[in-house]
This record gives sequence, structure tokens and C-alpha cells, in this order.
Amino acid sequence: MITVENLTKTFQGVSALNGVTLDVEAGTVLGVVGPSGAGKSTLARCVALLERPDSGAIRVDGTDITSLDGSALRAARRQIGVVPQGDSLLRQRTAAGNIALPLESAGVPGPQRRTRVGELLDLVGLTDKAAAYPDQLSGGQRQRIAVARALAANPSVLLADEPTSALDPETTGSVLTVLDRARAELGVTVLVVTHDMGVVRKICDDVAVLEQGKVVEHGKVLDLVNNPISRTSSALLPAVDLNPINESAYDRVADVVLVGFAAVGALLPEAAHRFGVELNIVGGGLTRLGETPVARFRLGLNGERSDSALEWIGEAGGAVQRSLKGPQGVAA
Amino acid sequence: MRSATPWSDVISYLVEATGETLYMVGVSTVIATLLGVPVGVWLQLTAKGGLRPNAAVHRILSFVTDLGRSMPFIVLLVALTSVTRLIVGGSIGSTAVIVPLAVGAIPFVGRLVQNVLSEVHVTVVEAAITTGASTLKIVRSVLVRESMPALINAIGVTVIALIGYSAMAGVIGGGGLGDLAIREGYQRFNDRILWSTVAWLAVLTTVIQFGFTRAARASDRRRHASV
Repeated sequence: MITVENLTKTFQGVSALNGVTLDVEAGTVLGVVGPSGAGKSTLARCVALLERPDSGAIRVDGTDITSLDGSALRAARRQIGVVPQGDSLLRQRTAAGNIALPLESAGVPGPQRRTRVGELLDLVGLTDKAAAYPDQLSGGQRQRIAVARALAANPSVLLADEPTSALDPETTGSVLTVLDRARAELGVTVLVVTHDMGVVRKICDDVAVLEQGKVVEHGKVLDLVNNPISRTSSALLPAVDLNPINESAYDRVADVVLVGFAAVGALLPEAAHRFGVELNIVGGGLTRLGETPVARFRLGLNGERSDSALEWIGEAGGAVQRSLKGPQGVAA
Repeated sequence: MRSATPWSDVISYLVEATGETLYMVGVSTVIATLLGVPVGVWLQLTAKGGLRPNAAVHRILSFVTDLGRSMPFIVLLVALTSVTRLIVGGSIGSTAVIVPLAVGAIPFVGRLVQNVLSEVHVTVVEAAITTGASTLKIVRSVLVRESMPALINAIGVTVIALIGYSAMAGVIGGGGLGDLAIREGYQRFNDRILWSTVAWLAVLTTVIQFGFTRAARASDRRRHASV
């Protein structure tokens, strides 16, 4: 749906984007993460058509939108709904009035405008706040109105720039739920730029890691967590190193990653049973990526067939990421 | 020593002069607002970081604006005589004063308006840009509407300033409260008229200021305006 090709942008000799290439499939959510100064904001501003890249292309449905002007540019902007970073609502307009702004720009007549605003208020769960002014809303409510505004003109792409940076964890959840619903109910393709891995954990299908103006990692979240050296897996999976364990108590010590209900629930007991080994979880924990439970455990194994048990876990769908004690070749 | 002017006469003097002042200031404020707001908008649009940055246009406009503001009003009053005659068909009287008052106030309003518009947060303006709004739409619905309370206050400041300027209207026979205080009060040693006029001017400006403050607040939808 939206592709970014070899985008570069330099500010006064300092390179902010250095050949960024991304691809977001229709109806999916891509999280762009990275440390401060990695170029996330510049990328977001280029996609929002607020900044023109020095070179490269941004294609929506195959059409390059980076070199448009005038009314073509304004039309392209309506194809990309933007939830800007920070407070961006008109303080002198009601919530409903703010949502109506893109519809006014698009020349949608009054009655249709009101209907559409009603639908969007419903989508973000703020129907009762239609007549409230931004200063009468909480930060999370304002951000949901900003999402509704971004969706008003039926864009095919929704760009959210740090949508949760000023919010507490609870309100963050409500804003992410709304973004997720936009994808699920409207089929919008979502690009969310964030420094918060929690956003990736909760709503992203894909993730791209930006560092020094370059994409250093790009793929499906559930694939990347299985890759032990990926930045995504180390950032998203539960830490295993918190309590140093006495490795001498075990024949084998290894870290495994398990994805999905079946793997998390049944794989380890079955391995223990099948190979007659003692299998203890000595570190790590369980988390969720979207709706999928994902675990990273540090296992301690005792028994003659420990290696076979680990190998079997790997074959049965788990990923043995690291063997701390035992033959390194076991890692799948 | 003459006996003091009777209070009934003082009051009729004040009523007449107040009418002249309000006429001169009122009409020139309307004209200065109609022409000064676009100047302020243009200044802000062409400024660095504005919607249509254009250094050359901005510099020229700034220069002209500051030139206009630096001109002492009394000089403007006499310098514009021929222009005034062309526009209103005469160069004396209250109506004639309106021309220099308005001309003097346009750059004043322009600067005030630009300052006010520049206070609208860049995130809010950019958010409007991303909705595909045209420049005209952003000026109307975002810059001007979001600044409405401050704009109303700016017009209030202009009215008070114009009341001050209009005190010099007497030079070309414009009348008004300033003229009353100077000619009937000060120059004829009539303390009663002088101090009555001063007191009335204080009341008048206070009331006008109060009115504009209330109007500004009424137009404001932010926190303190709730319900």
C-alpha cells in the first residue's frame, strides 16, 4: 500500500535519512522504532508531506507523492491521515469541529460531514464528547480525537507520529486500541513512528528499526522475535538475565523462545515427558505480541537425553536461541 | 475671575465631544481593522516559518509597516491633508481626521495581528496542512479563528491608542474630547472642563477596555470559558 524507496534527507550537511526503504502491506501496522536522532521524525514528516526528501520516493498505491504541488499535493495529503506528535487540535473548535476539518477541506457538504463525524466519534468511543472543547478533554481523549480527524477523509494510509509519547500507560492503551480498530474496521494501513517498544508489542504486525538514518532491521514482529540476534527480539522479549543461576546444577542450560498458545502451553512439559529429562524454567517470562502469547525462558535440563529434548523443542516450533551450557550446535 | 462653567454646560460639552471622538475612532478602527488584519496575515504568511515564506516580500512589507508606525501622528495629520481632501472632499472636521487616524492605525494593527498569529502553535498549523487544507482555509479556520480572543484584545488596544491620537484632531478642527480638554480647558484656564474631561476619558477608556476584555473572553473556548 505504501512504500518508501531510498529516501534521503539532509539538514545543513547533517544527514537525517540515509537511504530509507520500507514497505507496508495493505491493512497492516508497521512500527518504525529507533533511538532519538535516528531519523524517525524526519521520516514521519516526509511521509506526512510536510518535508520534501532530497531524493527517493514515497509511493501510495504505486504513485509517487513526493514531488506534487498545489491541489495535487493537497489531494495526496488527504490520502494520508496524520496523527501529529503533540497537541494538534484546534482549541477553539469542539471535538466534532476538529474531526470535520479535513472534510471541510475536501469540500464534503454539511449533512454528509455530520454523519461522517458521528461515525468517527463512535469509532474512537467519544460520542458523548462531540460538543466538548479540547481543553475539556483528557490527553488520551484529545489524542483519540486526533486519530478520528486523521481518519475523517477516508485516507488509505494512517501515519501516527509518537502517538503515545505524552500519555500515561493506561491512556496509551486506549489510543492504541483505537489505532488497531482503525486497521481492523476500516482496513487502513497504519505506519506508527515511536520510541516505545510497547506500541510495537501491542499493535504492530511489522517493525522497522531505524538507526542513523538507515533501516537496520525490517520484518514481521513474530519472525524477528525468533531471531536471537535481532534488536527486536532483545527489546520485546522478557529478559532472562535477571537472576544469575547456578549452571553447575544442570547438564544443559539454554534460552528458548516459544510463540503461540500451543507452544507456550504444551511444548516444555511434553519435551520433559518424551525424553525423560528434568526440565526447569530458571529465568525469563511470558509476554504478549498483539494477541499472541510469546515466551522466552531460560531452561535448565538434567538427564542423558537433554540435547535431544532441546533439539526436539526446536523442531516442534520453539526456537532455541542460545545454549549457555552444552554443544553450541544445538541452536536451531 | 469668571464664575465656573455650569455643570449642565460641561455635560453638554462632554456629550458633543464624546460623540465626535467615538465617531472618529470608531470609523477609523473599522477601516484599520479591515485593512490592517490582511497586512498582519500577509506579514505572518511571508515570515520565516510561515505558510508562504518569502524573505523579499516580508522585508519590504516590514519596512513599510515600521515606517508607518514610526511616523508621529501629528505629522501624519498635516502631511496627509491633500490625500484627505481627495478621499473625503475636505481637509477639516471630524470626518477629515478619520483618514490620518486610519492610515496611522493600519501598520499598528498589522504588527499586532502578526504577533498574535505567530503565537498559534506550529503543530496545530501543520496538523491542518496535513488535512489537505488550502492556505486560505488555514488562515481563516486556524490562524484567525484560533487567535480570535487575542485579535479582539489587539483591536481593543488599537481603539485606546486611537483615542489618544484623536486628541490631536483639534489641529484640523476635528473636535473630540482631547480637543475639548486642550482648547476649552487648558488654553482658557477652565479647570472644571479640563479635569472633567480627563476624568471622563479615564472612565471611557476603562469601559472600552473592559468591553473588549469581555468580548475576547466570550470568544474564547479554552478552559476558563467552559459553559
